[in-house]
Amino acid sequence: MDVFNAIVQTLDSTIRLSVPLLLACLAGLYSERAGIFDIGLEGKMLVGAFAGAAAASVFHSAFLGLGMAILISVAFAMVHGFASITHRGNQIVSGVAINFIAAGSTIILGQAWFQQGGRTPALQPGERFEAITWPGADAIHDVPIIGPIYAELLSGHSILVYLAFLMVPFTWWVLFRTRFGLRLRAVGENPAAVDTAGISVAWLRYRALICTGVLTGIAGAYLSMVQNGGFVKDMTAGKGYIALAALIFAKWKPVNAMFACLLFGFLDAAAIRLQGSPLPIIGKVPVQFMQALPYILTVILLAGFIGKAIPPRAGGVPYVKER
Amino acid sequence: MSTPYAKLPAWADYGLIPLINLFVAFVVAGFVVLLVGENPLRAAVILVEGAFGKGTGIAFTLFYATTFIFTGLSVAVAAHCGLFNIGTEGQAYIAGLGIAVVCLSFDSVLPWWLTFPLAIVASSVVGALWALIPAYLQAKRGSHIVITTIMFNFIAASIMVYLLVGPLKPAGSQAPQTRNFLAGAELPKLNWIIELFGAKIRSAPLNVCFLLALVMAFLVWLLIWRTKLGYEMRTYGHSPKAARYAGISETRIIITAMMISGALAGMMALNPVMGDQHNVAIDFVSGAGFVGIAVALMGRLHPVGIVLAAILFGMLYQGGAELAFEMPAISRDMIVIIQGLVILFAGALEHMFRPYIQALFASFSPRSVGMEAVKGKGA
Amino acid sequence: MAQAAIELIGINKSFGAVRANRDINLEIARGTIHGIVGENGAGKSTLMSILYGFYQADSGEIRVGGQPASIKTPNDAIALGIGMVHQHFMLVDNFSVLENIILGAESDALLKRSIAKARSELDRLEREYGLEVDPDAIIEELPVGLQQRVEILKALYRGAEILILDEPTGVLTPAEADHLFRILGQLKEQGKTVVLITHKLREIMAITDTVSVMRQGTMVATRETKKTTVEELAELMVGRRVLLRVEKGEADAGAVKLAVKNLTVKDTRGVTMVDDISFDIRAGEIVGIAGVAGNGQSELLEAISGIRHAVSGSVMLDGKPIDLTGAADPGELRDRGLAHVPEDRHHVGLVLAFEENENSILGYHDDPRYLKGPFLNIDAIRNDAKDKIAKYDIRPADCRLKTANFSGGNQQKIVLAREMEQDPGVLIVGQPTRGVDVGAIEFIHKRLIAMRDQGKAVLVVSVELDEIRSLSDRILVMFAGRIVGERGPEATEGELGLLMAGVEHQEAAQ
Repeated sequence: MDVFNAIVQTLDSTIRLSVPLLLACLAGLYSERAGIFDIGLEGKMLVGAFAGAAAASVFHSAFLGLGMAILISVAFAMVHGFASITHRGNQIVSGVAINFIAAGSTIILGQAWFQQGGRTPALQPGERFEAITWPGADAIHDVPIIGPIYAELLSGHSILVYLAFLMVPFTWWVLFRTRFGLRLRAVGENPAAVDTAGISVAWLRYRALICTGVLTGIAGAYLSMVQNGGFVKDMTAGKGYIALAALIFAKWKPVNAMFACLLFGFLDAAAIRLQGSPLPIIGKVPVQFMQALPYILTVILLAGFIGKAIPPRAGGVPYVKER
Repeated sequence: MSTPYAKLPAWADYGLIPLINLFVAFVVAGFVVLLVGENPLRAAVILVEGAFGKGTGIAFTLFYATTFIFTGLSVAVAAHCGLFNIGTEGQAYIAGLGIAVVCLSFDSVLPWWLTFPLAIVASSVVGALWALIPAYLQAKRGSHIVITTIMFNFIAASIMVYLLVGPLKPAGSQAPQTRNFLAGAELPKLNWIIELFGAKIRSAPLNVCFLLALVMAFLVWLLIWRTKLGYEMRTYGHSPKAARYAGISETRIIITAMMISGALAGMMALNPVMGDQHNVAIDFVSGAGFVGIAVALMGRLHPVGIVLAAILFGMLYQGGAELAFEMPAISRDMIVIIQGLVILFAGALEHMFRPYIQALFASFSPRSVGMEAVKGKGA
Repeated sequence: MAQAAIELIGINKSFGAVRANRDINLEIARGTIHGIVGENGAGKSTLMSILYGFYQADSGEIRVGGQPASIKTPNDAIALGIGMVHQHFMLVDNFSVLENIILGAESDALLKRSIAKARSELDRLEREYGLEVDPDAIIEELPVGLQQRVEILKALYRGAEILILDEPTGVLTPAEADHLFRILGQLKEQGKTVVLITHKLREIMAITDTVSVMRQGTMVATRETKKTTVEELAELMVGRRVLLRVEKGEADAGAVKLAVKNLTVKDTRGVTMVDDISFDIRAGEIVGIAGVAGNGQSELLEAISGIRHAVSGSVMLDGKPIDLTGAADPGELRDRGLAHVPEDRHHVGLVLAFEENENSILGYHDDPRYLKGPFLNIDAIRNDAKDKIAKYDIRPADCRLKTANFSGGNQQKIVLAREMEQDPGVLIVGQPTRGVDVGAIEFIHKRLIAMRDQGKAVLVVSVELDEIRSLSDRILVMFAGRIVGERGPEATEGELGLLMAGVEHQEAAQ
């Protein structure tokens, strides 16, 4: 039973750890499917985390915090849009810039406003998203197998966790079942086709980036208002890049994205759980190896050893009308 | 068409536009200073005084600049070949390993002037090898080099953390770093040069790596504009199809350019490791690789521009430290913002002001904007 | 005459300093097929892009059906019943036919209903115009002719009454082109107005009712097709009596320089583009390859010059074998005396961002003349460039100027000077005068003949039949990746045209 409990607990933390990855990964999906590379996921998540925790603490409202996280994150996405859509700048350069501005400004503003070494004040109950206990979770907790799965794995997460997983079918539905999704995919493949069909390429791409901003905002809010009781500097710690890796790993598909993020979340959870304790057969695995595994797997995928990851064709190329 | 904008005089193209972009970046940074309730002009004065006001300040400025010259050159060499090497950070970090091996082995037996060349070779070879894998994957398997080099930054960090908390850490020590090097791996300071000009220096880490950086800047200029290899790299960077036509091997040129870029990134590690800290510690690169992107963009990929831009960023780092001291609300992270803004305005938005400047020039004299020359391109 | 479907009044459009359209007036009658001809760069496509709302005119008025119309975006044009089939198809390759057709014209925010509606509408259009295509096929799996049909269906689905086609036959096989013309005829019968942009006079004569001629951004004439001739239109297009026949003596063909045997080349998609081709070129002759664009000429050039690997075949250069299936690269071929002027000088033959002198060594940059050890010999390179500038009258005479700032004709001269001055034994040239002004054409033609007279073997590939006829000593005609005939320089345009259309080929196959 111990092994079973350990597994349930590891899976439970897998879910918790994969949520920010999943939200950021889906965020990247919207922009990259629209033909805008976005290595600024990290920065947008970070400003979202900061704005969320700061607003929640000042206004004593978790939902106001979430709203502010989304707002600021979208604002940063719009800067990316202004540079890479309106001014046709290099999308990678713009993304790098956003990551720096985010890293610097969250610390400077956090210190100036709260004087706690770049932290925001610890969030009080009501200022953060609490876990939701499903009906009957306590009652069946002791039922073997089903009990722990229901009570620990499924129940007892915050609303943002459920939202993140609901975003997967929703994103799939938007992309493949709606007019907006059709156009968004088209603009990522051949913007000229969209332009000549009488649709504004720029506006469409801006809308895709708004979706990206909303989702990175929620991802950030999750980090600072659910996983942690406040903002800590550099708290994204590379999660934006792992999400990017997951996006490639998922070959730009929403359902695959969920599995990729769960895999990467699991690696993280397992690394924390094992903490150097030996595994059967393999023996002792360094924590750092487990942490590096998502990146190694992505490189192997990119090298074409496990299927081919073909990005949207117009990705990374600013749209200029031919003449 | 190929060039969306008409020609400006070279001084406007290489001088005026970068300066305007830089100016705008600073204006925006000024707003951030306002936002935290400080006076941006006073902040600017403190910053410049901190960087250049005293001999020690100048020495520190040049010490930081040394680091950024290496990483800026690294980014620029790859960029001339059309490759975005975002992995300078990781290449420099892992190169610390090569330096550690050389220094820990020889610091007790060799004098610095023998350890140093060995460390140069070790750092550049390790940096080059770390760039080789993404380069190979780009050339042979078509993996996007931006993504693979990002991934390699993280992989490098994991390896270094593993080694520095484990095998490389001296027994009984708590700090995640190697033991301190002995005199045989400590590079001589260059502070006496500044003292020649009458300035007093208390203690500053400016060391011979600065000279190495200047030599490398010259060699990069020579490579890019005066050698066959540089010609081939630029051809490939501008047009891979033309390179194929000209019989230039795609695989060879990508791998060569990336390895040179990685070697330059690797040499960056010499400056803090052998010139200042005298050990290899966790996160000793601390973002210098990414500063290299800003420096290369700001310097428009030209070694002279890169040296100037590196000094500018050195000034920001040193002046920023003084600023944090004078204005507690502003920490050194202010520089990270400025860095981001410079990358944004000098990089992603580099053409934002161009049409206005062109219109301005055109209103003075249409010929100077190359209107004549564009005419034939309508066909 | 019927009522005007479209009137353009005083249209002007400049791109920077380039005046693409100057004071254009044009009237297109409803229910007719109206041709617009002109050389490359005459401003035809720009004019039609203005009509379609892709660009805004700087000044002038557009009337549709007699009413002044403001067309600011393609949406406005679509609303006015104007549809356009672009030269490069505006299709999303990995979408289905239906998805492409509804893109931008979805009837509903949800795709399911939009697609259902489109499916029945498409069914009707297919029956009405004979435009069959599988609605669920993925675009990239369809042949080019069918992709074009999807473009036409896209326009009709949006209720187009006026259909603009920009160089529609450039990528089609003659059979596909014939089918297209039949479709256009049917559209006309249904009362639609068709505007056909082309630089091929034969097409104009074959199917249009009226024809307008553009030259250097101006509209020079409009004629009723029945009352004009190819000669008149050609003269109007070029602006002076065309003297395409270049003075040249008899060829004095010597030994075989390049012998190509059973060469087969596939493109990146794996489609066979060059199919088991064999031919020889001798010293002192110009061999011309004629054909409709896309019949394998480009791939043939790329294979012979080592840029693209051939699948199979044996090639002898100066009597010695050369392996084009992967072993030989362009550098090796150059070393063995084969020079190549590529079709696409902007992306292949030149690096536009380079200074002129840097481009004058492209491909020969490892020649010891230009090097001092691993270093470039800058003085030697610049002096060499200056010599070529003088000899080929390249203007402006500034070897430090960025190549992008030279005109098309002068850029082509930079490439020619580089390749010819290496004194190669074999010179292969793709589209020698594409996008080149008339003055430079004559110069280039004379140079090519001079090469021949020096005893070089010259291979010229061009889609301009006139050019092939005036330059070549022997003409090979390519169709669907094969050489379908060889003729002497005396062959008539009609005879070659039939070969290019694959007519004899098909008869022979039966």
